[in-house]
Amino acid sequence: MEAFSVEDRQAMCDTFSRLLQDMADEPKLRQLLITESGFDQSVWEKMSQLGLMGILIGPEHGGVGGSLVEVEALMEHAGAYLYGGPFISTCVIAPTILSACSDESLAEECLRAITEGSAIFSVAGCGSSGAWDLPPEVQAVFVDQSWLLTGTADFVSYAAVANQCLVYANVDGGKGVFLVDMNENGIALTPHNTDDATIRLSSMSLDAVVARQVAGVGEEVMEEALQVALVALAGEQVGAARRIFEITIEYLKTRHQFGQPIGSFQALKHIAADLLIELESASSAAQHAARAIAAGSDDRKLMSRLAGFTCADNYRKIAADVIQLHGGIAYTMEHPAHLFWRRAQTGQWLYCSSDTLRDNYLAEMEKML
Amino acid sequence: MSDALREEVENWLQRHWDSDNLRAVDTEVYDEKRWLSEVVDAGYATPTWSKAWFGRELSQREARVIEKTFQKHRAPGWGKDRFSLGAITLYKMGSEALKAELLRELLIGPICCLLYSEPGAGSDLAGIRTRAVKDGDEFIINGQKVWTSNAQEAEYGMLLTRTDFDVPKHQGITFFIFPMKQEGVEVRPINQITRESEFNEVFISNARVSERYIIGDYNKGWKSFQAAIASERLIMGMGVTARSGMSSHSKAPALLRLAHKYDRLKEPALRQEIAQALAYRQLNSLTMQRAVEEIKTNGMSSLMSLGKLSMSRIQHGEARLSGTILGPRVLVNDTEDARHANFDAAKAYMNSIGGGTDQIQRNIIAERILGLPRSNDVDREIPFKEIKTGG
Repeated sequence: MEAFSVEDRQAMCDTFSRLLQDMADEPKLRQLLITESGFDQSVWEKMSQLGLMGILIGPEHGGVGGSLVEVEALMEHAGAYLYGGPFISTCVIAPTILSACSDESLAEECLRAITEGSAIFSVAGCGSSGAWDLPPEVQAVFVDQSWLLTGTADFVSYAAVANQCLVYANVDGGKGVFLVDMNENGIALTPHNTDDATIRLSSMSLDAVVARQVAGVGEEVMEEALQVALVALAGEQVGAARRIFEITIEYLKTRHQFGQPIGSFQALKHIAADLLIELESASSAAQHAARAIAAGSDDRKLMSRLAGFTCADNYRKIAADVIQLHGGIAYTMEHPAHLFWRRAQTGQWLYCSSDTLRDNYLAEMEKML
Repeated sequence: MSDALREEVENWLQRHWDSDNLRAVDTEVYDEKRWLSEVVDAGYATPTWSKAWFGRELSQREARVIEKTFQKHRAPGWGKDRFSLGAITLYKMGSEALKAELLRELLIGPICCLLYSEPGAGSDLAGIRTRAVKDGDEFIINGQKVWTSNAQEAEYGMLLTRTDFDVPKHQGITFFIFPMKQEGVEVRPINQITRESEFNEVFISNARVSERYIIGDYNKGWKSFQAAIASERLIMGMGVTARSGMSSHSKAPALLRLAHKYDRLKEPALRQEIAQALAYRQLNSLTMQRAVEEIKTNGMSSLMSLGKLSMSRIQHGEARLSGTILGPRVLVNDTEDARHANFDAAKAYMNSIGGGTDQIQRNIIAERILGLPRSNDVDREIPFKEIKTGG
């Protein structure tokens, strides 16, 4: 179940972290924020050379055969640098969906392209509700030996840089997933003016776009896809929360007022102590959910929901409170705190709202009654 | 190594312990002192201690093998090097002469209570005023202690006293092991807000203790006390793990069953609150599991000290929600559910005040884990007698 040894996982994470430090630190991130795509091709290529694209893909398709435990660990490092890019859609969600595809040649073609670094995937999993529990308002019809998709999906991440898209759609009498080449006719993307510029989202309209069916994939596989997406995002949120928390603790030790470090004041200390509990709770939830999914445990849905809302909410809480702990300096664009805080807001809604996930969690608990 | 040890302990228990009748072999009734003497002399009560003092100089891991084997046969006496606070403190900090006089006795029987807090020294424990005055080779003790459990039964107490009022507060403290069964020691139970009486006040007037019974050095008691309290916090941390660990994988949590019973699981706002309460408990349990894993690999984990503070939010939150679920029924103690909800609401303060308030706990986390600077204690450097008091 856990394909990597602790040492191998650590070595891979260290390499990834160094790469981000060299190529995606805060100055680079700020340059990226004002570009149109918000995507750094050179970082992506380096990640591909390190073998990260195939982290969840088996060796038979050219991958390294890791599990969600490795994904979660990597995402903590990505989060620390607020790395944004189509990694979760391409390397976590798409492989989960494609591995379940009963059309082996389609699976091989796509998974191979991912491991080789030639495919970048978007996933159109929701409509204007932003929640992945129902397909977007996209209808798939089978006409003259081919599938055609028509409708609108929303909050599609990195659609503008993707060359492939997996679209969750309504089919006569059910739901299915379809593979769309982004160069097909009939696709129109409208990039959103996101408040958090570290993540790019678009609305995507489809007008009789030619697609291939990902055979054998429906609601059940999309639930699995949602679980891995939530846990990857949870790992990212833990990493981001830990980074901005550490920056803040350092500031509390060095900033002086009234002749002493402000971190000696109990009013601030107590907030910091409470935030440490939120941080470690989030970390426990993300790691445990990753292990539950990697092991195929019965409680993986429960654990993915727990990780989903806990990491989203606790990151938001930490990112918000650390602005207050800093005082005026964090009320500036120059200070990184607002970048973390804006990203935290994105996380409260991506894939599913944290309130919905909390309700899902209770529903899972109710099964024990 | 551990297999050989397990076999050795198995053999020893077979020869000495009658696990069907839960008593030593060749005895008619369970005689605690007699049984514990056998365990102590065999080195199984305190296996991590030195051979000079009833130990076997084994590692923690090996000690667990012994504990597990004892537990399997339902034989008492294991783990005295983890749970017997008085004996642990004496072993770590006591003089050789004192150990020779008392250590074996403490291991085989008497309960030892903790005489630390006073009405005027709670969170600020170094502010104690119980006075110890030298009289020949004895000390005469006068003062009042509070929040002492097992004070009625205890034969000894770990007693924190002030022996010098002219030096700063941490420097004039002496730590004793104090005989409880004597004139001048009066124990009064406290009526707690839960309507229980687990704790006592202990009034000490002109009681005596031999100077041989000082733990550590005269006027250096704060240091000895720190060693004692470290053992206590570790035990409390482990207690937290055991309790929260139990609830995580068993049947539906109590709060959920209550909400189901009163048909309150259809209300979206209440669902959010109940889900969050259940999540807090489960998250703490997961974090404590992580702590245990870290301790196994690194020998320590800072996560352990988060458990107690987390538990306050869990217990107060669950108790409050139980009341919300019951509605006005909670006002009337005619049902078991109402009685439980009201009891739990009061009992939650045991965790958030006892063993150091949540606020003290936050200071500890901020200073010792996060490394934030200490607050300025205005009374830290001045002679104790000049410290302002009130209330």
